[in-house]
Amino acid sequence: MSRSSGGPAVEFDAVSLSFGAYVAIHDVSFSIPQGQFVALVGPTGSGKTSILNLVAGLAQPAAGAVRTSGDSVNGVNRSAAYMFQQDALLPWKTALENVVLGPLLRGAARPEAAREAARWLDLVGLRGLEHRYPIQLSGGQRKRVAMAQALINRLPLLLMDEPFSALDVQTRALMENELLELWQNSSATVLFVTHDLEEAIALSDRVILFSAGPGTRIKSDYPVHLPRPRNVSEARFMPGFEDLYRQIWSDLKQEVMTSYERSRAKA
Amino acid sequence: MSAQERKRRERFIHFLQAAIFVIVFGLWELGARYGAIDTFFFSQPSTFLARAWQWLAIPGTQLGGRSIYQHLSVTLSEMLGSFVLGVAFGITLGLMLGRSDFWARVFNPYIQVLNALPRLVLAPIFVLMFGIDERSKIALGFTMVFFIVFFNAYHGVRQVDRNIINNARMLGAGERELARHVLIPSALTWILSSLHTSVGFALVGAVVGEYLAAAQGIGWVISQAQGNFDSAGVYAGMLVLCVVVIIVEMGVTWLERRLVRWAPQADELFAG
Repeated sequence: MSRSSGGPAVEFDAVSLSFGAYVAIHDVSFSIPQGQFVALVGPTGSGKTSILNLVAGLAQPAAGAVRTSGDSVNGVNRSAAYMFQQDALLPWKTALENVVLGPLLRGAARPEAAREAARWLDLVGLRGLEHRYPIQLSGGQRKRVAMAQALINRLPLLLMDEPFSALDVQTRALMENELLELWQNSSATVLFVTHDLEEAIALSDRVILFSAGPGTRIKSDYPVHLPRPRNVSEARFMPGFEDLYRQIWSDLKQEVMTSYERSRAKA
Repeated sequence: MSAQERKRRERFIHFLQAAIFVIVFGLWELGARYGAIDTFFFSQPSTFLARAWQWLAIPGTQLGGRSIYQHLSVTLSEMLGSFVLGVAFGITLGLMLGRSDFWARVFNPYIQVLNALPRLVLAPIFVLMFGIDERSKIALGFTMVFFIVFFNAYHGVRQVDRNIINNARMLGAGERELARHVLIPSALTWILSSLHTSVGFALVGAVVGEYLAAAQGIGWVISQAQGNFDSAGVYAGMLVLCVVVIIVEMGVTWLERRLVRWAPQADELFAG
């Protein structure tokens, strides 16, 4: 894992992003230390995905600078793994071939890469389904493949865009716990986009709240001081959870209302 | 529906298919025999079936100095030649223009015009250019296969999900790996779904080319029969072609099943 270069894992310095005349993000600055699990929360259309795309190098800022581990992001960020909101598995490859792709593209030899991929599929609970195609897997199983695919490269930075939002509640809690376990055994920094506040607090060390778009800014930034290791489904009964939830929710509610009013005015 | 019911239904469908064949050919035969159908134009099933049987099964039967199998192998090799060339060029150019908005726009009007041109009018030019041997047929088939494969490859590249491209990029794919792992597999599904059509066109190119000017091949056999007012020969030639088409179709379906196991099984009825 490369932690060679100094500086915070992720740093936004007065970053703006626009699509034509539409300003998505306006003058956003924040800094995330190595190894932190950060939840990005905000109303729909608040540019949370854009933040991840900027870190990934899939989008370029109109102004300001995005740095990871002190280096300016320029083109696709080779130190970041990205778990997309929508299904992004290669449908013509089996689960195993999907997971093995990352190591292969980064120059691993096939036998080792295949062994490693099988191990990861086992870790996310897909033993025996290695040779299924995505179409032959359930939504939850596909997410597990995507998680193995993102994690196998052991990159210092993990970007997750509402990865579990399409899952049923039970599967979701299971996968959140698995994610936390895998993360605790690594030293990766995680940026986790969600609009589920409970999920955000239960998983993370810190919740960054974004204002309603367009021209998204940081509304507030809360540390989460719940003890680890955590069990996601029990986190909400921990002391301090309620207060934090109420505090962030009152901020978020305003933004959600603003966003709702704006979208209704447009319609 | 239980498995048994499905089986019974399946059997009934096959029975009806056979029944339709028997009824149509039976009526045709009876009509020809009792004068309701003019055998000069429509021949008679018993006559042309016997003719086809003679060609196929009786050794030493010659058509213009060659056996029917020699004619068939000429036609099939022309078909294969135009198919392989058309697919190779179609895929290459489709992928190239699919990747480049700029060149796609530059070539757009020319491709549209060439595609709108009825390809058969090129046949005389190909005969002048390549003579009456296989090459002019391959050229004609090529112009038909190429465009089908080209458009499918082009759209296959164009329609790849952005998320899948971004995912492959994040996993470490450069331009070349992107083509290999994402663009070509995606285009391949489109190309394969058009395979039935393009194989058919390759055969059309070969047979029509032979029909217009050739010294051998099934198209030539049919054209000779026509020249002799031998309608039984025309129908026997068509029958042989039908058998060939069915065998080729079965091969294509098999190939398709092998290559796109990952895709949801499409409704195969009237696929094309």
